[in-house]
Formats: sequence, structure tokens, C-alpha cells
Amino acid sequence: MDSLANTVQQVFNEPACGKNLGKSDKERKKGCTQALQPGAAAGGCAFDGAKIALQPITDVAHLVHGPIACEGNSWDNRGAKSSGPLLYRTGFTTDINGTDVVFGGEKRLFRAIREILAKYDPPAVFVYQTCVPALIGDDIEALCKAASAKFGRPVIPINAPGFVGSKNLGNKLAGEALLEHVIGTEEPEYTTPYDINIIGEYNLAGELWQVKPLLAELRIRVLACISGDARYREIASAHRARAAMMVCSKAMINVARKMEERYGIPFFEGSFYGVSDMSEALREIARLLVARGAPPDLEARTETLIAREEARAWSRLAAYRPRLEGKRVLLITGGVKSWSVVAALQEVGIEIVGTSVKKSTKEDRERIKKIMGDEAHMIEDMAPRDIYKLLKDARADMMLSGGRSQFVALKAKVPWLDINQERHHAYAGYDGMVALVHEIEKALYNPVWAQVRRPAPWDAEVAS
Amino acid sequence: MNAPKRVSATGPGAAKACTVNPLRMSQPLGAALAFLGIDRSMPVFHGSQGCTAFGLVLFVRHFRESIPLQTTAMNEVTTILGGGENIEKAILNIHKRAKPAFIGIASTGLTETKGDDVAGDLRRITAAHPELDMPIVYVSTPDYEGAFQDGWAKAVKGIVESLARPAATIRGQVNILPGCHVTPGDIVELREIVADFGLHPIVLPDLSGSLDGHVPKDFSPTSLGGTRVADIERAGASEATIAIGEHMRPAAHALTDKTGVPAKVFDTLTGLEAADDLFAWLSALSGRPVPEKYRRQRSQLVDAMLDAHFFFGAKRVAIGAEPDLLWALGAWLKEMGCTLAAAVTTTDSPVLAYLAAEGARIGDLEDLEAQAHGCDLLISHSHGRQAAERLGVPFLRMGLPIFDRLGAAHRVIVGYRGTRDLVFEVGNVFLAHGHESLQSGAPAGADEPLRASGFEGSRACADARHDHDSATEAYWP
Ligand code: SF4
Repeated sequence: MDSLANTVQQVFNEPACGKNLGKSDKERKKGCTQALQPGAAAGGCAFDGAKIALQPITDVAHLVHGPIACEGNSWDNRGAKSSGPLLYRTGFTTDINGTDVVFGGEKRLFRAIREILAKYDPPAVFVYQTCVPALIGDDIEALCKAASAKFGRPVIPINAPGFVGSKNLGNKLAGEALLEHVIGTEEPEYTTPYDINIIGEYNLAGELWQVKPLLAELRIRVLACISGDARYREIASAHRARAAMMVCSKAMINVARKMEERYGIPFFEGSFYGVSDMSEALREIARLLVARGAPPDLEARTETLIAREEARAWSRLAAYRPRLEGKRVLLITGGVKSWSVVAALQEVGIEIVGTSVKKSTKEDRERIKKIMGDEAHMIEDMAPRDIYKLLKDARADMMLSGGRSQFVALKAKVPWLDINQERHHAYAGYDGMVALVHEIEKALYNPVWAQVRRPAPWDAEVAS
Repeated sequence: MNAPKRVSATGPGAAKACTVNPLRMSQPLGAALAFLGIDRSMPVFHGSQGCTAFGLVLFVRHFRESIPLQTTAMNEVTTILGGGENIEKAILNIHKRAKPAFIGIASTGLTETKGDDVAGDLRRITAAHPELDMPIVYVSTPDYEGAFQDGWAKAVKGIVESLARPAATIRGQVNILPGCHVTPGDIVELREIVADFGLHPIVLPDLSGSLDGHVPKDFSPTSLGGTRVADIERAGASEATIAIGEHMRPAAHALTDKTGVPAKVFDTLTGLEAADDLFAWLSALSGRPVPEKYRRQRSQLVDAMLDAHFFFGAKRVAIGAEPDLLWALGAWLKEMGCTLAAAVTTTDSPVLAYLAAEGARIGDLEDLEAQAHGCDLLISHSHGRQAAERLGVPFLRMGLPIFDRLGAAHRVIVGYRGTRDLVFEVGNVFLAHGHESLQSGAPAGADEPLRASGFEGSRACADARHDHDSATEAYWP
């Protein structure tokens, strides 16, 4: 078995993954990627997932080794924000041609790395493997090793070619690459008893910045966010954190668990979405830090902050309640955020008429069940046609989903809000929840709905 | 193997190994878009699912529409064993779920590297499944060759070759083969023009039927409109074929070879002269004089050019675009008195020779940026925004993808009226970034002699600094 196959197997065996606990050995081997149906599949590849997970590292050059398809068709399409370096937004690709396919692309890749170092001088180059060079046998692991030695700069292989599996697997393979090649290779300038890692947070639309000030107020330092608004050095020295929070369900569970195993960094799984989830996350961070020796007053200080922020958030949210109470929302999203958003919306009296659980783990489902009371609202896998019909029949007042399905709602002339990664608003933290509710209200009450639903004069004549 | 030529900005003849900030997109995407111009169609990539996901996101962001696009969902094992079975499953699944009237399959880098015999697989599949009643067109579009425009051209050629048939000529029927740079809005304009000469156009592919942004009566898992298969089959009965853009020449000639319908290639329809050519040709074909409406439009265009030329003269413009869009814009800007500071494109084309004096080259946005310092305008698809911001120069979004502005599908730059509006749009960008304060109170054009006498250069520099923040956002309200 080659090293990539090995890593994939390892990731599938992830012991901390709730889904895995209920599986037999054989089932586990098959992994969490359901067999894809040709002609009825949607979703990104492992390379896509790896890029999502790592591109938020802002000062690194992200070099995609492959034909123009992988980078040329997709670059600059995500909203991870940076507070400093912008190199991560530059699209680098070896853009291999027919000759490379015949003779191998390694030479071009090596030269590309050299060019990038000469022109852009990044602290590290991340090299992403894709399908075609993987198929012809370009060995990026060996090549990156040679390039690191030759140029004296970290050149990190991210071995997650698209065809090995889904986006989710790509997230995890990206995490493996960090564990293998980056984390623990540098030391922080200094440490504090308040140092934490946040794992699986990508700072989309600047969400991290709605959380960081609160942490700063508690003197908690984010030693490394993996990987939102991160610098290479921060990730490299992340092993010195005292505790970690894992965000976004199971996408990077392997990173959190292995860092606990290797460096004794305890972690918990939490969410920044929703008022009570946010408070719970702060509490848990404080608890873990104190358990690891931070001054015990941290917990009291955290409670004070939570009380203040919750009061503020609740009073701001209460203002929306009269206009949102009883509104029926359909929530179609990757399972990861379902339950936390559900709770948040219920806080203002919104009724969830259904939520998709296709990608949710067993744990997620349990949580949704707890929050929503019954299972009837859980939608396993709804075809766009059925969603359209549901909306057209006015069985929901609004849909929240990812960008791809937005037109199902808009063409049914039903308000829609983006809650996936291409969104433009930050919904994390206390302010984020208010922002989300504000956006929902804005969408629901836009006078445009009355306009666009007007029958055309010729249709009205027929009707009357 | 026709590997694209690589010419770089880093030194004469020195090919660079790394593409930085790609201008180019891959062939299968272009093919998929062409397939999307067929009525009730379903394009499919023969490859791994990720390629489809990226293509889908790209089109969704540009058109702001649902995009039907499927995949044969190849993985490592099926790739090595061969993809016939996956193609079969994909077709059967699509037939069952979406009932399309047309399926277009484009290969990808992955399946081309393995060397699947898709044509052979398709013969086997259609023989085994007589229930598959829709045409299936396959094109070979490896990601590692050519560009978006080539994929589009190959797909249209493939459609023509497999579906068009010779037939007795129907008087007044004409075929229009638009290039991939022709927007749904352009197609609507052209259809109207052609119809006003009493002619009946068949547009292939017709994105104005599928991706013009409208609200359909019901949900559809396939394209929402476009060229009907029956119309493609009738294309052989047309009196003539109009191809728009050099890259449509092979498809037009393939149609001639197959059906005998003569072809006329218009390299561009933007600009006074180009529009004159079109109207003269239509008049000759139809035997009708140019309608009064268009005489008036021509006069308006001439007037717009008179009013606007002050602001275009000696302006330096940098363009990065697919070859035929580059040519349409570049040729027109030159006619308006601009010079091309840089002309970067994606793939080999006769256009490279047309713009040889301007140093047109195949390259990326890094190359374009390197040559665009101090220019008065940078034009490219939305990905040029970072370069424009860094350079502090005004930025005009043209081409595909345009994901950070509305209405990309409805931009019209063909004919007299389209060119007139383009004159205003670009002229306004120059105006907005010129000395507006100087002009207030002065008669129109009063400051022009200043510009003509060498004031230009220093002004451009000052603007580059001054406009750093607002530069890229100042127009397109
Ligand atoms: S599936 Fe493979 S070829 Fe397609 S985008 Fe993903 S990595 Fe690239």
C-alpha cells in the first residue's frame, strides 16, 4: 500500500469519530465516503476539501500541481479573510500540458517552486496534488522533500488528489499533512497559560474576528487558528497551546485528536453559532485552560463576560422577535452547522419546518432531535424539485442554504439566505447571531417579494 | 498533441514553469457551456466529481442561475479499469431522473490521461439501451490542452457533425453560430437584427434561451431552454451560416462540409465597421434595404463616437481575455484611438497574429499585471480585480466569470446599439478617472487639448495614486 492509501485508511479509522464507533471493522475500511452515483453526484473533490482547509493560511504560497482545471476553474472563490498577508489569494498552478502528461510533471513542479520562492518569498510553499499527476505517478512527497532541502524553505506536500474521495476526506488529509510536516516544527516566541488553538475555523467573511475580541478580553490568546487568518509560523508552533477547540463538526477531528495524543493538548468540540453555543464554547475553553493550570479566576471572568454578552445579545434579538415569531424556515445545509443554527433561530421564535441531515453525524442527529423535538423535520436527501415544490406550495416562508441551491428558492419567489462558505456576512459569535437574524428579517420583509409575486397583467386578466 | 504555446513576461522566450493568477479556464468548461445552450440538455463531465463541482460553482456565480451539470464520478480505481461502466450508469441515471432531450459529454484531463475510448463505449451503450431516445454528443476536451474557448468550439463542431443533416434549402432561414464570448444579451440583439431583415435564425448554441436569467413556470433539472434538437437537425436547410469569432470557423466549415450551407465568419461584431459589415451582408442576403431603425442606430453610434473620442484618444488599455473577446475589444478600442498596453490571452488563435504588433501573447494575469503599470484601463474577467487593485487602475469586467457584478448575461456589445452603449460605458470609466473637477463649468471638451499635448502621462500617474481605493469600484453602480 502506498503512503497516500495508508493515510486514507488511517483517516477512515479515526477513533474519535462518532460515526465510526457504530461501524464494523469492514465498514470502517470502506470509509465515510458513500459510493458516488455516476450521473447523480454533486460535491467537491478531496483536493477541493484540502484547499478549503488550508488556503486560509494567508502568508503561504498555495501551489496546485495539475492541469489548469483544478486551479484555473476555481481560484479566488472563497471568502476566508486575512488581517495581513494576501499571498493566499494569489493563484499558483503548474498548469501542466500534454508534454508533461507524457513525460511527467515533476520537473515543472520543481521549477515552479523555485520561481515562487524567488518572486514571492513566502515562508512556505504548499503543494497540492491533483488527479492527473497522481495518475501518472508524480511523487510530490519526494519532490517536496528534495525542494525543501535544496531551497532551505518548507515545501509541504498536500497529498489529496480529487479522485480519492470527498471534500470531507480532503479536509482530513490536509490535517494529516499539517500534523506530518508543519505542526511542531517551530517554537512560539513566548507562551502564556491562556494559549489555545482553534481547529477547523476558516475565518469566512471574517467570522473569527467576531470571536477574537471576546477571547482577548479574557486574555485568552489564539496561538493558532487552523487555519483561518493564520500565518505559517503560528501553525508550526501550535503544539505549545494549552487547550484546543474543534469547530465545524468532524472536518478536522484527526488534527484535534492527534494533537491531544502527541502533545497532550485537550480539546472539545464546540460551535460559535448561536448564543448559547457561543457561551458554552467560552465556558469550555476557560474550563480546559484552568484545568491545565491557568489562574482559576478565568472561569469567573468568563461567566461575567458571558452574562454581559448574553444580556446584550438577547435584548438585541428580542427586538426581532415580534417580526420573526412563527416564521417558517427551511434549512438545507451540510449537516455540520444544522443543529447550532437551529437552536439559534428558535431563540427568536422562528419555526424550522425542516432541516437536511444528509451529511450529519449520528451525534448531530441526536442533537437536532433534542432541539426540535421530533424526527419528522429531518430531511434525508431532498431533491431540488421537491424543495421547489415545498416552497412553491408556501409550506415555508424562507430557505437558508448554500449558494448552489439558492435558485431553487429564488425561482419559487421565496426569500433565501446563504449560510455556507460563499456568504458575505459573518454569523459567528453573539454579534454574528444578531447579524444572521437581521439578514433574515431583511430578506423576509423586503417589499420586493410582493412585487415579484404580482401576476403579470395578462395573467391577471385571465384570472379575473 | 497540440500543447498550448507558453510565452512569458519574464524574459524573451523564457517560459515560466508556474502559472500565476490564471486567466485561462479548462476546455471541458467551455464545452459544458455550449451544451447548456441546447434545449432541455444535461452536460456531463467524464471525470472525477470535483471537476463538475468547480464548473458548476463557476457558472452559478457568473449567471446567477441553477446549472445542470453532471459527472461520471470516476475514482482512482474506475479510472484505471476504464470508465465505460461509469458512463453507462451516468447516462441511465440522468435519463431516469432528468429526462433530458440532449446529453453532451466532455472528457477531462483524468480520463484523457487514461485514454478511455468514449466513442466506442457510447456505441455499445446506445446499442444496449434502445430506450435512450435523446442524442448523446461526445467531445474530447483534455484539461491539459487548449482553453475554455477551444472546448466551446469543439462542442459546437461536435453537435453540428452529429446532428445536422443536408436538406432542401428553406428561403430566409439562416444559422447563427455564436462564439463563447457572445452573451445571451448579444444573441437577443442579433436575433432581432436578423429577424428585421425578414430572416429566420437558428442560433446554435442559444444561451439566450437557457441562461438569460428568467423565472420559469416550473422547476427543471435540465437547461431551461436553448436550441431545440429538431432545429439543429434543420440547420442544413438554411441559406447561410453566420459564425461569430474566429473560433467558430471550424464549426461553420463542418456544417458546410456536411450540408453544403455556405458560411460567413465575422471575426467581430463590435465597432462601426464590423457592424457595417454585418448589416451590409444581411441586406445582400435578404435582398432588403437596411431598416430605418438601424440607420438611426448607426447615426447614434457615429454621434457617440464623436462625443466620446476625446476621452479615448491615446488611452492605454491592458486586456486579458479569451482570443475572440480580446480581438473584439482590442480592435474596437484601437478604432477609438486607444493603444493596447498589453494583450494577454488563453490559447492559440489567429487573433495572436492580428494583434502581433501589440505583442499579444498567451499568458496569465501575472503577465498582464506586469505590463499594465500606469495604464488607463484594465479589462479582464473578475479575476483581474486583484491586479487592478494593486495597480490602482480602473477595471472593467468583461468575459467569464464575472462573479462580483450583476447582469453579466445581459451585456450587449454587438451591432450599432451594442457598440454605442459600450462607447458610453468605457468612455464613462475614462471620464470618471479623468479630471472631472477641471471639466465642471468648462465647455465640453475644453480640456482636451491639454491631454493631447502630453498631459496624459502625468495624469495617469497621478490617478494611479489618487484612485487607489476607489479605482476598481468607481463605475458599475
Ligand atoms: S477531481 Fe481531480 S481533476 Fe477534478 S478538480 Fe478535483 S483534483 Fe482536479
